[in-house]
Amino acid sequence: MEILLAVLLGGFFGFALDRVGANNPNNIINMLKLTDLRLMRIILGAIGVSSILMFGALSLGLMDVGHLSIKEAYTGVFVGGLILGVGFALSGYCPGTGLTAFAVGRKDALFFLLGGFVGAGLYMWSFQSIKDSFLFEKILGGKVSLGVIENSGYEAVFQGMNGNLIGIVLGLVFILLAWKLPAKLRG
Amino acid sequence: MSIVKGTLLLASAFLLAVLIVKPIGVSTQFVIFDGIVMDSVNPDYVTESTKNKTGYESQNAYLNKSGGKYAKSVANPINYSFVFVVAMMVGAFISSKLRAKDSTEDKAVPTVWREKFGGCKVKRYTVAFLAGILVLYGARLAGGCTSGHMMSGMMQTALSGYIFAAGAFLAALPVAIFTFKKKGK
Repeated sequence: MEILLAVLLGGFFGFALDRVGANNPNNIINMLKLTDLRLMRIILGAIGVSSILMFGALSLGLMDVGHLSIKEAYTGVFVGGLILGVGFALSGYCPGTGLTAFAVGRKDALFFLLGGFVGAGLYMWSFQSIKDSFLFEKILGGKVSLGVIENSGYEAVFQGMNGNLIGIVLGLVFILLAWKLPAKLRG
Repeated sequence: MSIVKGTLLLASAFLLAVLIVKPIGVSTQFVIFDGIVMDSVNPDYVTESTKNKTGYESQNAYLNKSGGKYAKSVANPINYSFVFVVAMMVGAFISSKLRAKDSTEDKAVPTVWREKFGGCKVKRYTVAFLAGILVLYGARLAGGCTSGHMMSGMMQTALSGYIFAAGAFLAALPVAIFTFKKKGK
Protein backbone atom coordinates (compact mmCIF):
# COMPACT_ATOMS: atom_id res chain seq x y z
CA MET A 1 0.00 0.00 0.00
CA GLU A 2 2.78 2.40 0.97
CA ILE A 3 4.66 1.57 -2.24
CA LEU A 4 1.54 2.23 -4.31
CA LEU A 5 1.23 5.64 -2.63
CA ALA A 6 4.90 6.33 -3.39
CA VAL A 7 4.26 5.60 -7.07
CA LEU A 8 1.16 7.78 -7.22
CA LEU A 9 2.41 10.73 -5.13
CA GLY A 10 5.91 10.65 -6.65
CA GLY A 11 4.49 10.36 -10.13
CA PHE A 12 2.18 13.29 -9.51
CA PHE A 13 5.02 15.44 -8.14
CA GLY A 14 7.18 14.65 -11.17
CA PHE A 15 4.26 15.46 -13.46
CA ALA A 16 3.75 18.79 -11.66
CA LEU A 17 7.44 19.72 -11.85
CA ASP A 18 7.38 19.15 -15.60
CA ARG A 19 4.17 21.11 -16.12
CA VAL A 20 5.30 24.20 -14.18
CA GLY A 21 8.55 24.26 -16.16
CA ALA A 22 10.85 23.49 -13.21
CA ASN A 23 12.67 20.81 -15.25
CA ASN A 24 13.82 23.48 -17.64
CA PRO A 25 17.14 24.99 -16.44
CA ASN A 26 16.45 28.17 -18.46
CA ASN A 27 13.48 28.89 -16.20
CA ILE A 28 15.51 28.26 -13.03
CA ILE A 29 18.47 30.39 -14.12
CA ASN A 30 16.26 33.23 -15.37
CA MET A 31 14.41 33.10 -12.05
CA LEU A 32 17.69 33.37 -10.12
CA LYS A 33 18.87 36.20 -12.43
CA LEU A 34 15.54 37.86 -11.57
CA THR A 35 14.79 38.32 -15.26
CA ASP A 36 11.76 35.98 -15.26
CA LEU A 37 9.94 35.50 -11.97
CA ARG A 38 7.16 33.25 -13.29
CA LEU A 39 8.54 30.12 -11.60
CA MET A 40 9.34 32.06 -8.43
CA ARG A 41 5.72 33.18 -8.26
CA ILE A 42 4.49 29.60 -8.75
CA ILE A 43 6.81 28.28 -6.01
CA LEU A 44 5.90 31.02 -3.52
CA GLY A 45 2.22 30.59 -4.31
CA ALA A 46 2.43 26.81 -3.93
CA ILE A 47 4.13 27.11 -0.52
CA GLY A 48 1.37 29.55 0.51
CA VAL A 49 -1.57 27.47 -0.72
CA SER A 50 -0.25 24.18 0.67
CA SER A 51 0.59 25.83 4.00
CA ILE A 52 -2.88 27.33 4.42
CA LEU A 53 -4.66 24.10 3.50
CA MET A 54 -2.34 21.95 5.63
CA PHE A 55 -2.68 24.10 8.75
CA GLY A 56 -6.41 24.41 8.02
CA ALA A 57 -6.67 20.61 7.94
CA LEU A 58 -4.67 20.39 11.18
CA SER A 59 -6.96 22.93 12.90
CA LEU A 60 -10.06 20.99 11.86
CA GLY A 61 -8.54 17.69 12.94
CA LEU A 62 -8.59 16.38 9.36
CA MET A 63 -4.90 15.57 9.27
CA ASP A 64 -2.68 13.33 11.40
CA VAL A 65 -0.23 15.70 13.11
CA GLY A 66 2.26 12.79 13.09
CA HIS A 67 2.70 13.36 9.33
CA LEU A 68 4.57 16.58 10.02
CA SER A 69 8.31 16.26 9.75
CA ILE A 70 10.23 19.32 10.91
CA LYS A 71 13.92 19.13 10.06
CA GLU A 72 16.60 20.25 12.47
CA ALA A 73 18.01 23.79 12.25
CA TYR A 74 21.81 23.88 12.65
CA THR A 75 24.70 25.91 11.23
CA GLY A 76 25.23 23.41 8.41
CA VAL A 77 21.72 24.09 7.10
CA PHE A 78 22.83 27.61 6.20
CA VAL A 79 26.31 26.61 4.97
CA GLY A 80 24.87 23.71 2.97
CA GLY A 81 22.28 26.09 1.53
CA LEU A 82 25.08 28.41 0.36
CA ILE A 83 26.99 25.54 -1.29
CA LEU A 84 23.85 24.19 -2.92
CA GLY A 85 22.94 27.68 -4.10
CA VAL A 86 26.17 28.02 -6.10
CA GLY A 87 25.59 24.72 -7.93
CA PHE A 88 21.89 25.48 -8.37
CA ALA A 89 22.72 28.77 -10.11
CA LEU A 90 25.46 27.33 -12.35
CA SER A 91 23.44 24.33 -13.52
CA GLY A 92 19.81 25.41 -13.21
CA TYR A 93 19.07 22.09 -11.50
CA CYS A 94 18.26 21.02 -7.96
CA PRO A 95 18.26 17.35 -6.91
CA GLY A 96 14.59 16.76 -7.78
CA THR A 97 14.51 18.66 -11.05
CA GLY A 98 17.86 17.16 -12.12
CA LEU A 99 16.19 13.74 -11.98
CA THR A 100 13.03 14.82 -13.77
CA ALA A 101 14.95 16.85 -16.38
CA PHE A 102 16.99 13.74 -17.18
CA ALA A 103 13.73 11.78 -17.45
CA VAL A 104 12.41 14.22 -20.06
CA GLY A 105 15.56 13.92 -22.15
CA ARG A 106 17.94 16.66 -21.06
CA LYS A 107 21.45 15.37 -21.59
CA ASP A 108 23.27 17.86 -19.36
CA ALA A 109 21.04 16.70 -16.50
CA LEU A 110 22.75 13.29 -16.69
CA PHE A 111 26.08 14.96 -15.92
CA PHE A 112 24.46 16.92 -13.10
CA LEU A 113 23.16 13.63 -11.65
CA LEU A 114 26.54 11.93 -11.96
CA GLY A 115 28.06 14.88 -10.11
CA GLY A 116 25.25 14.55 -7.57
CA PHE A 117 26.15 10.93 -6.84
CA VAL A 118 29.78 11.98 -6.40
CA GLY A 119 28.77 14.90 -4.13
CA ALA A 120 26.54 12.66 -1.99
CA GLY A 121 29.40 10.13 -1.82
CA LEU A 122 31.86 12.84 -0.77
CA TYR A 123 29.49 13.82 1.99
CA MET A 124 29.17 10.21 3.21
CA TRP A 125 32.97 10.00 3.21
CA SER A 126 33.49 13.32 5.02
CA PHE A 127 30.68 12.97 7.58
CA GLN A 128 32.83 11.16 10.15
CA SER A 129 35.31 14.03 10.29
CA ILE A 130 32.81 16.93 10.38
CA LYS A 131 30.05 15.45 12.55
CA ASP A 132 31.37 16.90 15.80
CA SER A 133 32.20 20.33 14.34
CA PHE A 134 30.47 23.70 14.68
CA LEU A 135 28.48 22.85 11.56
CA PHE A 136 26.13 20.74 13.64
CA GLU A 137 25.48 23.26 16.40
CA LYS A 138 21.73 23.55 16.75
CA ILE A 139 19.99 26.87 16.16
CA LEU A 140 17.19 27.84 18.61
CA GLY A 141 16.64 24.27 19.73
CA GLY A 142 16.98 22.52 16.36
CA LYS A 143 13.75 20.81 15.36
CA VAL A 144 11.49 23.80 15.86
CA SER A 145 8.47 25.29 14.15
CA LEU A 146 7.74 29.02 14.32
CA GLY A 147 4.55 28.71 16.41
CA VAL A 148 3.27 26.01 18.76
CA ILE A 149 1.72 23.14 16.79
CA GLU A 150 -0.34 21.17 19.29
CA ASN A 151 0.58 17.52 19.87
CA SER A 152 3.28 17.69 17.22
CA GLY A 153 6.03 17.12 19.77
CA TYR A 154 8.04 20.00 18.26
CA GLU A 155 9.19 23.02 20.24
CA ALA A 156 8.34 26.48 18.94
CA VAL A 157 10.49 29.54 18.28
CA PHE A 158 7.65 31.79 19.43
CA GLN A 159 6.32 30.15 22.58
CA GLY A 160 2.66 30.79 23.27
CA MET A 161 1.79 31.59 19.67
CA ASN A 162 -0.67 29.38 17.82
CA GLY A 163 1.28 27.44 15.20
CA ASN A 164 -1.73 26.74 13.00
CA LEU A 165 -2.58 30.43 12.88
CA ILE A 166 1.03 31.37 12.07
CA GLY A 167 1.03 28.80 9.28
CA ILE A 168 -2.15 30.22 7.78
CA VAL A 169 -1.00 33.86 8.10
CA LEU A 170 2.40 33.12 6.57
CA GLY A 171 0.63 31.19 3.83
CA LEU A 172 -1.33 34.32 3.02
CA VAL A 173 1.91 36.35 3.00
CA PHE A 174 3.46 33.91 0.50
CA ILE A 175 0.39 34.16 -1.74
CA LEU A 176 0.45 37.95 -1.51
CA LEU A 177 4.14 37.95 -2.49
CA ALA A 178 3.45 35.61 -5.42
CA TRP A 179 0.58 37.79 -6.53
CA LYS A 180 2.40 41.13 -6.24
CA LEU A 181 5.79 40.14 -7.66
CA PRO A 182 6.35 41.70 -11.07
CA ALA A 183 7.15 39.58 -14.15
CA LYS A 184 10.80 40.54 -13.70
CA LEU A 185 12.98 42.63 -11.42
CA ARG A 186 15.91 43.06 -13.82
CA GLY A 187 16.12 43.72 -17.57
CA MET B 1 0.25 26.68 -18.09
CA SER B 2 -0.98 29.78 -16.24
CA ILE B 3 0.65 30.87 -12.98
CA VAL B 4 -2.53 30.13 -11.02
CA LYS B 5 -2.92 26.63 -12.47
CA GLY B 6 0.77 25.89 -11.95
CA THR B 7 0.56 27.11 -8.36
CA LEU B 8 -2.42 24.89 -7.60
CA LEU B 9 -0.83 21.86 -9.29
CA LEU B 10 2.45 22.17 -7.39
CA ALA B 11 0.63 22.96 -4.13
CA SER B 12 -1.51 19.80 -4.55
CA ALA B 13 1.61 17.64 -4.89
CA PHE B 14 3.10 18.96 -1.63
CA LEU B 15 -0.24 18.99 0.19
CA LEU B 16 -1.35 15.46 -0.79
CA ALA B 17 2.03 14.04 0.20
CA VAL B 18 1.90 15.47 3.72
CA LEU B 19 -1.83 14.73 4.19
CA ILE B 20 -1.50 11.08 3.17
CA VAL B 21 2.07 10.06 4.10
CA LYS B 22 4.79 12.62 4.88
CA PRO B 23 6.43 15.73 3.42
CA ILE B 24 8.26 15.43 0.09
CA GLY B 25 12.05 15.07 0.11
CA VAL B 26 14.50 14.03 -2.59
CA SER B 27 18.20 14.49 -1.85
CA THR B 28 18.54 11.68 0.74
CA GLN B 29 17.89 9.20 -2.07
CA PHE B 30 21.17 10.14 -3.76
CA VAL B 31 22.89 8.79 -0.63
CA ILE B 32 20.70 5.68 -0.64
CA PHE B 33 21.60 5.10 -4.32
CA ASP B 34 25.32 5.46 -3.53
CA GLY B 35 24.86 3.06 -0.62
CA ILE B 36 23.18 0.49 -2.87
CA VAL B 37 26.07 0.74 -5.35
CA MET B 38 28.68 0.45 -2.56
CA ASP B 39 26.87 -2.49 -1.00
CA SER B 40 26.73 -4.35 -4.31
CA VAL B 41 30.51 -3.93 -4.68
CA ASN B 42 31.22 -4.73 -1.03
CA PRO B 43 28.49 -6.88 0.61
CA ASP B 44 29.84 -6.02 4.08
CA TYR B 45 29.10 -2.31 3.53
CA VAL B 46 25.60 -2.61 4.99
CA THR B 47 24.74 -5.57 7.18
CA GLU B 48 22.04 -6.70 9.57
CA SER B 49 22.74 -5.63 13.11
CA THR B 50 21.51 -6.24 16.62
CA LYS B 51 23.11 -3.00 17.88
CA ASN B 52 21.05 -0.54 15.86
CA LYS B 53 17.35 -0.04 16.48
CA THR B 54 16.49 -0.34 12.78
CA GLY B 55 18.20 -3.73 12.61
CA TYR B 56 20.84 -2.56 10.09
CA GLU B 57 24.31 -1.07 10.36
CA SER B 58 26.96 0.22 7.97
CA GLN B 59 30.71 0.73 7.91
CA ASN B 60 29.89 4.27 6.80
CA ALA B 61 29.21 6.66 9.69
CA TYR B 62 26.58 8.60 7.75
CA LEU B 63 24.55 5.53 6.76
CA ASN B 64 24.93 4.29 10.33
CA LYS B 65 23.54 7.42 12.02
CA SER B 66 20.10 7.67 13.64
CA GLY B 67 19.99 3.97 14.47
CA GLY B 68 21.02 2.98 10.96
CA LYS B 69 17.94 4.38 9.22
CA TYR B 70 19.79 5.02 5.94
CA ALA B 71 21.48 1.60 6.18
CA LYS B 72 18.02 0.06 6.42
CA SER B 73 16.87 1.88 3.28
CA VAL B 74 19.99 0.72 1.42
CA ALA B 75 19.25 -2.87 2.41
CA ASN B 76 15.59 -2.45 1.37
CA PRO B 77 15.51 -0.25 -1.74
CA ILE B 78 11.81 -0.87 -2.32
CA ASN B 79 10.81 1.64 0.36
CA TYR B 80 8.48 4.63 0.17
CA SER B 81 11.07 7.41 -0.25
CA PHE B 82 13.20 5.66 -2.85
CA VAL B 83 10.23 4.52 -4.94
CA PHE B 84 8.79 8.05 -4.67
CA VAL B 85 11.88 9.52 -6.34
CA VAL B 86 11.93 6.90 -9.11
CA ALA B 87 8.22 7.55 -9.69
CA MET B 88 8.95 11.29 -10.03
CA MET B 89 10.99 10.51 -13.11
CA VAL B 90 8.19 8.41 -14.57
CA GLY B 91 5.64 11.16 -13.85
CA ALA B 92 7.80 13.82 -15.53
CA PHE B 93 8.35 11.54 -18.52
CA ILE B 94 4.61 10.92 -18.93
CA SER B 95 3.90 14.65 -18.64
CA SER B 96 6.49 15.46 -21.31
CA LYS B 97 4.94 12.93 -23.70
CA LEU B 98 1.46 14.38 -23.22
CA ARG B 99 2.42 18.00 -23.91
CA ALA B 100 3.59 19.84 -26.99
CA LYS B 101 7.33 19.50 -27.52
CA ASP B 102 9.63 22.47 -27.46
CA SER B 103 11.51 21.73 -30.67
CA THR B 104 13.61 24.88 -30.55
CA GLU B 105 15.28 23.96 -27.26
CA ASP B 106 18.61 22.14 -27.37
CA LYS B 107 18.56 19.16 -25.00
CA ALA B 108 22.29 19.32 -24.30
CA VAL B 109 23.04 23.03 -23.88
CA PRO B 110 20.22 25.21 -22.49
CA THR B 111 19.54 28.48 -24.31
CA VAL B 112 20.55 30.71 -21.40
CA TRP B 113 23.91 28.92 -21.24
CA ARG B 114 24.42 28.98 -25.02
CA GLU B 115 23.80 32.74 -25.20
CA LYS B 116 26.67 33.37 -22.82
CA PHE B 117 29.11 30.49 -23.31
CA GLY B 118 28.28 29.11 -26.76
CA GLY B 119 27.25 25.63 -27.82
CA CYS B 120 30.21 23.59 -26.55
CA LYS B 121 28.71 20.49 -24.94
CA VAL B 122 31.84 19.48 -23.04
CA LYS B 123 31.95 22.85 -21.29
CA ARG B 124 28.30 22.63 -20.28
CA TYR B 125 28.56 18.98 -19.18
CA THR B 126 31.67 19.71 -17.10
CA VAL B 127 30.01 22.59 -15.26
CA ALA B 128 26.79 20.57 -14.79
CA PHE B 129 28.86 17.75 -13.27
CA LEU B 130 30.74 20.09 -10.90
CA ALA B 131 27.48 21.84 -10.00
CA GLY B 132 25.95 18.44 -9.20
CA ILE B 133 28.75 17.77 -6.73
CA LEU B 134 28.12 21.12 -5.01
CA VAL B 135 24.33 20.73 -4.98
CA LEU B 136 24.28 17.27 -3.42
CA TYR B 137 27.14 17.94 -1.00
CA GLY B 138 25.35 21.10 0.11
CA ALA B 139 21.96 19.40 0.31
CA ARG B 140 23.31 16.60 2.48
CA LEU B 141 25.19 19.00 4.74
CA ALA B 142 21.97 20.99 5.08
CA GLY B 143 19.91 17.84 5.62
CA GLY B 144 17.58 18.56 2.71
CA CYS B 145 17.20 20.32 -0.62
CA THR B 146 14.81 22.60 -2.45
CA SER B 147 11.96 20.10 -2.00
CA GLY B 148 12.54 18.98 1.57
CA HIS B 149 13.83 22.14 3.21
CA MET B 150 12.53 24.98 1.11
CA MET B 151 9.09 23.84 0.02
CA SER B 152 8.11 21.18 2.58
CA GLY B 153 9.94 23.03 5.36
CA MET B 154 8.51 26.48 4.78
CA MET B 155 5.06 24.94 4.24
CA GLN B 156 5.31 23.55 7.78
CA THR B 157 6.77 26.80 9.21
CA ALA B 158 10.01 24.95 10.06
CA LEU B 159 12.78 27.32 11.15
CA SER B 160 15.26 25.13 9.23
CA GLY B 161 13.37 25.75 5.97
CA TYR B 162 13.80 29.51 6.31
CA ILE B 163 17.49 29.21 7.20
CA PHE B 164 18.08 26.95 4.19
CA ALA B 165 16.19 29.23 1.80
CA ALA B 166 18.19 32.23 3.05
CA GLY B 167 21.49 30.44 2.42
CA ALA B 168 20.48 29.05 -0.96
CA PHE B 169 19.21 32.34 -2.40
CA LEU B 170 21.99 34.39 -0.84
CA ALA B 171 24.43 32.34 -2.93
CA ALA B 172 22.29 31.51 -5.97
CA LEU B 173 21.11 35.02 -6.88
CA PRO B 174 24.55 36.71 -7.17
CA VAL B 175 26.13 33.63 -8.79
CA ALA B 176 23.37 33.45 -11.43
CA ILE B 177 23.42 37.21 -12.06
CA PHE B 178 27.23 37.32 -12.36
CA THR B 179 27.70 34.07 -14.34
CA PHE B 180 25.01 34.74 -16.92
CA LYS B 181 25.53 38.50 -17.20
CA LYS B 182 25.00 39.57 -20.80
CA LYS B 183 28.10 40.71 -22.63
CA GLY B 184 28.68 44.45 -22.71
CA LYS B 185 26.43 45.18 -19.76
